[in-house]
Amino acid sequence: MATDRSKLAFWLLLAPCLIWLVTLIILPHVGMFLVSLREKVGVREYETSFANYAVFLNEPLYWNTFARTAYMSIAATVLTLFIGFPISYYIAKLTRGRTKTTLFLMCLIPFWVSELVRTFGWMILLRETGVFSNVLQYLGLAAGPVEMLYNDAAIMTGLVYTSMLFMVVPLVTALDSLDDSLIEAGYDLGASGFAILREIIIPHAMPGIVSGCIVVFMLSLGNYLTPILLGGKDSLWFTGLIYSQFITRFNWELGSAFGFLLLGLSSFIVFVGLKLTGQSLGKTMAQS
Amino acid sequence: MLTDVPDLQCRSISKSFADFNAVKDVSFDVPQGTFFSILGPSGCGKTTLLRMIAGFQKPTSGDLLIKGKSVIDVPPNKRPVSMVFQHLALFPMMNIGTNVGFGLRQRGVNRSDIEKQVKRVLERVGLAGVAERPISSLSGGQKQRVAIARCMVLEPDVLLLDEPLGALDLKLREHMKIELKQLQSEFNTTFVYITHDQSEALVMSDKIAVMNNGEFEQTGTAKELYYEPKTAFVAGFVGEANRFAATIKSKSADALEMATAQGQVLHGTDAVGGLKVGDTVNVFVRPEAVRLSRKAEGVSGLSNAGQGKVENVLFNGANSQLILRDELTGAEMSVALPQTGEFRDLSRGNLIHFGWEYLQTRVYTATGGPHGH
Ligand SMILES: Nc1ncnc2c1ncn2[C@@H]1O[C@H](COP(=O)(O)OP(=O)(O)OP(=O)(O)O)[C@@H](O)[C@H]1O
Ligand SMILES: [Mg+2]
Repeated sequence: MATDRSKLAFWLLLAPCLIWLVTLIILPHVGMFLVSLREKVGVREYETSFANYAVFLNEPLYWNTFARTAYMSIAATVLTLFIGFPISYYIAKLTRGRTKTTLFLMCLIPFWVSELVRTFGWMILLRETGVFSNVLQYLGLAAGPVEMLYNDAAIMTGLVYTSMLFMVVPLVTALDSLDDSLIEAGYDLGASGFAILREIIIPHAMPGIVSGCIVVFMLSLGNYLTPILLGGKDSLWFTGLIYSQFITRFNWELGSAFGFLLLGLSSFIVFVGLKLTGQSLGKTMAQS
Repeated sequence: MLTDVPDLQCRSISKSFADFNAVKDVSFDVPQGTFFSILGPSGCGKTTLLRMIAGFQKPTSGDLLIKGKSVIDVPPNKRPVSMVFQHLALFPMMNIGTNVGFGLRQRGVNRSDIEKQVKRVLERVGLAGVAERPISSLSGGQKQRVAIARCMVLEPDVLLLDEPLGALDLKLREHMKIELKQLQSEFNTTFVYITHDQSEALVMSDKIAVMNNGEFEQTGTAKELYYEPKTAFVAGFVGEANRFAATIKSKSADALEMATAQGQVLHGTDAVGGLKVGDTVNVFVRPEAVRLSRKAEGVSGLSNAGQGKVENVLFNGANSQLILRDELTGAEMSVALPQTGEFRDLSRGNLIHFGWEYLQTRVYTATGGPHGH
């Protein structure tokens, strides 16, 4: 039967996707969730309880780090959007042909080297004996060496730099599909540049903005290398806490609970973001 | 009462892109309340000219006056002109009411006034009560009217329209032609309408400028352009015409005698003046100027006459045509089929006499290369 056949084809085509989803996403999470509910009561003795989550709530360092990671990630996302939007607008609307391709490639170039090397690049620029410090001293703007590493600004710089491409690509796609004559019609009807941005360009680019923000936010929230390397020991990034629970302290139970909290946090913030902008996940992803 | 300052004046407007002159030294005036069309083939510079009037492009030289004031340095959002775009450019992110109210909002008009004015203008274009609906719920013709309403609500001095009917299907286009003309006289606004479709221009316009290669060839009413084209291009572009290339053999007070390369002798009048014996010329005859007859006597009084074989009958109701091939020279001619029924039985291969008056044969110099299509 034709319908049976096409049904079979459908499942066969879907299979790799399902296998990937189940083995790499669902199974580990179920496992992690179960681990996070175990409370160690003695050697090799466990009880099911929410004790690990209680540890998180009772230790200010943990939930401070948790909140800090959230707002730093949100700030990084907003900053990336503010820097990425003009760049994307320029690429999508004000250039064509070769220039466009070149600019696009320039956004891609940082991804030809590994994240580690990229971050080391920033360290070479920002450290006490680094390029910026030397230039400032040479120009007489600073009396002695300036340490620009190991602070929030350095973390932010690294996060924005790492995420830029993931903001620019969906934005360029969204802006590219905006008909120039809509912008001209706006001018023709007496609108100022700002009114056009607010009433025509941003509403049109909204799906691109939202999908770019979701990706950048997730990447920042889950980033490990950049905050640790640029922020130093006291970077207080939540992924750092998870890492130390798993690897340094062998406390898989607490690590799992942290992992789950992070998942909950990112889902919650994305949900709030979608609600605030009146977008739906399906619509956003279909567009980009 | 209106002053006699024209709504729109263009003075020697030119525009060049790098090494290409898209618009060359164009001057014209459009009086208040006129439906002014610019008619020309694709690529002749119509859109460029219109975009300069709207302010999206700056002329290389020349001046533009609206109601007597130069607007050459006024940005598009401050010019008292509005434009209906070729693909309408309605804002898909807004509903119909917010689309129409867009311009008023930019002017800072208060909410309740905007609502009232939007309602009124939508009623005037025959779309009452659709303000809350999304743009996508409209048909092509309705979108057209919304685009016009969106401009008209601002009461512009001049409304610019860039081939707004181009995207519509034939039937709707015919309908919208009449409707646009009605809207224009109702609003009594000056329209500058560009098109490459001569029937749109002829039906709607008070005045038409024929544009070719960035220049205005002739400006006049539809009748003037049709019956008294001043250049070979206009004769060939506006309306249908049979064209012959010929050389002038002799010249009398008002008639020219010419011969084609195949030896066909033609009589015509000098359309512009200044033609001399020996000049190579283009000769234009409208299909409806040619008379048909079954007997040689029927056309013997005419200054141009011949006998031809029917090659084809292109039946199209009132606009039916015959394609004839001249027995003597092999030249092809198209002839309007009279609707009296007399020639209803003509079919391929029949022989028929034809002829036309020299006064309806317009002759233009052929220098400057072949024009028309
Ligand atoms: N920005 C530009 N740079 C270079 N050449 C241009 C530019 N804009 C238009 N042109 C050229 O100017 C000429 C006139 O263009 P325009 O768009 O005004 O034609 P048009 O009469 O509106 O044609 P159509 O009926 O096809 O719309 C064309 O040959 C076009 O290639
Ligand atoms: Mg055009």
